[in-house]
Amino acid sequence: MKIKQLALALFSVILISSCTESNDDSANGSSDNFDRKSLLENAADNIIIPALQDLDSDLVALKASKEIFIATPNQTNLDNLRTDWLAAYKTWQYVEMFNIGKAEEILYSFQMNIYPTNTTDIQNNIASGTYDLTSPNNNDAVGFPAIDYLLYGLGNDDSAIIDFYTTDSNALGYKNYLSDIIDQMHILTTTVLTDWTSSYRDIFVNSTANTASSSVNMLINDFIFYYEKGLRANKVGIPAGVFSTTPLADKVEGLYSKVYSKELALTALQAVQDFFNGRAYNNSTNGISYASYVTLLRDNSGTSDLTASINSQIEAARTELNQLDNNLFDQVNNNNVAMLMTYDELQRVTVMLKVDMLQTLNISVDYVDADGD
Amino acid sequence: MKKTILTYLDKNTSAAPLAVFRIGFGVMMFYSIIRFAAHGWINSLYIEPQFHFSYFGFEWAKPLGTFTYLLFTICGLTAFFIAIGFKYRLSIILFFLSFTYIELMDKTTYLNHYYFISLLSFLMIFLPANRYFSLDYNKTKTNNLTTPSIPQWSIDSIKLLLSIVYFYAGLAKINSDWLLKAMPLKIWLPSKYDLPFLGNIMQQEWVHYAFSWTGMIYDLLIPFLLLYKKTRLWAFIAVIIFHVLTRVLFPIGMFPFIMIVSALVFFDSKLHENIIAFLKKQLSPLSFLLTPLSRKRTGHTPYEIKFKNIIIPVLVIFFTFQLLFPWRYLTYPGELFWTEEGYRFSWRVMLMEKMGNAQFKIVDASGQSFYIQNDDFLTSFQEKQMSFQPDFILEYAHFLGDHYSAQGYKNVQVYVDCYAALNGRTSRRLIDPTTDLYQIKDSFQHKDWILPLEDEIKGL
Repeated sequence: MKIKQLALALFSVILISSCTESNDDSANGSSDNFDRKSLLENAADNIIIPALQDLDSDLVALKASKEIFIATPNQTNLDNLRTDWLAAYKTWQYVEMFNIGKAEEILYSFQMNIYPTNTTDIQNNIASGTYDLTSPNNNDAVGFPAIDYLLYGLGNDDSAIIDFYTTDSNALGYKNYLSDIIDQMHILTTTVLTDWTSSYRDIFVNSTANTASSSVNMLINDFIFYYEKGLRANKVGIPAGVFSTTPLADKVEGLYSKVYSKELALTALQAVQDFFNGRAYNNSTNGISYASYVTLLRDNSGTSDLTASINSQIEAARTELNQLDNNLFDQVNNNNVAMLMTYDELQRVTVMLKVDMLQTLNISVDYVDADGD
Repeated sequence: MKKTILTYLDKNTSAAPLAVFRIGFGVMMFYSIIRFAAHGWINSLYIEPQFHFSYFGFEWAKPLGTFTYLLFTICGLTAFFIAIGFKYRLSIILFFLSFTYIELMDKTTYLNHYYFISLLSFLMIFLPANRYFSLDYNKTKTNNLTTPSIPQWSIDSIKLLLSIVYFYAGLAKINSDWLLKAMPLKIWLPSKYDLPFLGNIMQQEWVHYAFSWTGMIYDLLIPFLLLYKKTRLWAFIAVIIFHVLTRVLFPIGMFPFIMIVSALVFFDSKLHENIIAFLKKQLSPLSFLLTPLSRKRTGHTPYEIKFKNIIIPVLVIFFTFQLLFPWRYLTYPGELFWTEEGYRFSWRVMLMEKMGNAQFKIVDASGQSFYIQNDDFLTSFQEKQMSFQPDFILEYAHFLGDHYSAQGYKNVQVYVDCYAALNGRTSRRLIDPTTDLYQIKDSFQHKDWILPLEDEIKGL
């Protein structure tokens, strides 16, 4: 009888303890000597929010120069508009990877940087004059790539482009569309930024558990996903034709302006490296980051210095990228081998991030929550 | 010797332990299937993926589309019938077949404990587990007077299977990564920083070593401690602590509870009589529901096993296989954890942390080439499993080769650029990038296109 009672008592304990199959975030303080909350605070306060604020002010400037251009479409105003577009586009490279919170909810990056842009959709929108820019069908007709087309790709030279905004029978339609998509980008950015500064920041930094839905895990997964798809594949791999039988030069970022494609890729690579190392957006101080987390864990387990390896591999990729033509469209068409070599170096970073780093952090990559053994 | 065996085979014992085991098994499996469905796994693992990884020789076992739900329904329903002892023999056969078929559909989901359930349900086909406290024998004359008896070997065979699982799992832990580097626990435990009470100590290196060594010693000794009457109760408490702890630390679903319930089989029949008496009391209000289902029978005492001449040889072959099969890795060169040749079906549980990244390259006759984006064909879970397991890589390479050949590419060649990291070692190439995998036939032969680990994990 004693055995039975003991067994039953123990059994109920198990059953109670087993009913914890939940994925909710618990905001416990960390109990190892790594401060994950500081990592998240550094990411939010010194990287994500400042980059969004910078993008927001860049878009304000872009809106202003757009208004001037629409009022007086001439070469000077076109040049100024292009300058502001490029500045905002480069800042965007620091923002795209943070597909978390409001950005994820409203599919921010889908409405900001889907390329190649669909010129037919853009022309149809302009011709009809009625369009819902937030519709998923228009994801490839809005954002930076659409502006790229409207400022660089409408005609063969600048005077031909300006004609679309002046003498064209539907000049008003062109002006309205250009105006609307820029305004929309600013609205989206303000929405994301306001969410961060009003409430999301605190929710974000307090979600330090090791669960599929915690900030620590989602942030690193988003970062890796961006690196692999947004940077490695979209900016270099796809145009170089690594996923197709022939190179696809017209898939480069900034196809119509052409000469900025490498600069945008370099900026994105810098943004990736800065985030990994916890480097502040507005100055060069390094805060607590995934790099310091990795270093701590590798030191504790007595394995090799992975942080240094990742940084040196990013440098190697940057060296290859730097050797390319400013115009990646030309690079693909003239000497794609160099483009492929750049891709290979970028791919080696992917392995380090997805295999070595994730193994070290012991954060799961997949969202299928199947049982383990 | 022969006489001893014959005497042993004629030995009888109370039917209660096996009845309790049957009920526990049925309830656990019934709950497991419901839980599996509730998680949406039937859909995400067996219906959504466009491609499924097959076990060598079982390529015919594929998911059945919408009928997969029916398969799970059969599996869950028969588990319930096993628990209540309704048409037991048919139910356990159907359970074994449906459960095993489910496991064969896609090896991405392979788990040692699913394999264990398959083996256990196969074994239970041959055991008189419905002899007592079951609907099948509800109306026998002897039912309410004395507990019927069944052959001793029918309970011992379950003990033997459990002992093999534990002991072999313990042997597998005798390796240098586990004992001398505390790997992979050194990776896994620190990430449990957010556990109340435990999070803190999980950071201590001595804890990683203590867990590793304790786990090894526990697995090796627990069968013997459960068999020995004087240590049995303490051993059972150890079983509970051990498995609850693994449940808290790792996402291993139902397995710990299945093992805890199974361990009860080592106890004397007195405990099981008490459990059954308790269950009877609890269930008495429901008896009117079950009466129409009960079959009228007259009992034989002691219980006669039909087909004993078949069952005994089957079980002997079964256990011989179980004892030998885990050793098959010895016939392969190279590091077992790296090549995984003979890794599955040998009770190597939670032994390594391994991740990989595989980039496939298709080349055709004209020399054109392109890389594959794995998420075009695989779910993230499949891709994760494929990326570090050579047999998955080969199967997927053939799938890709067939896919592009069908699209009209000529003389397709398939190469892979694959890196993997094992137990905290820096990632290194797993597969020879110059081997055209499309030309390689899968077999039980050694895969010489796996590159060496260049490191030795010493052990059995």
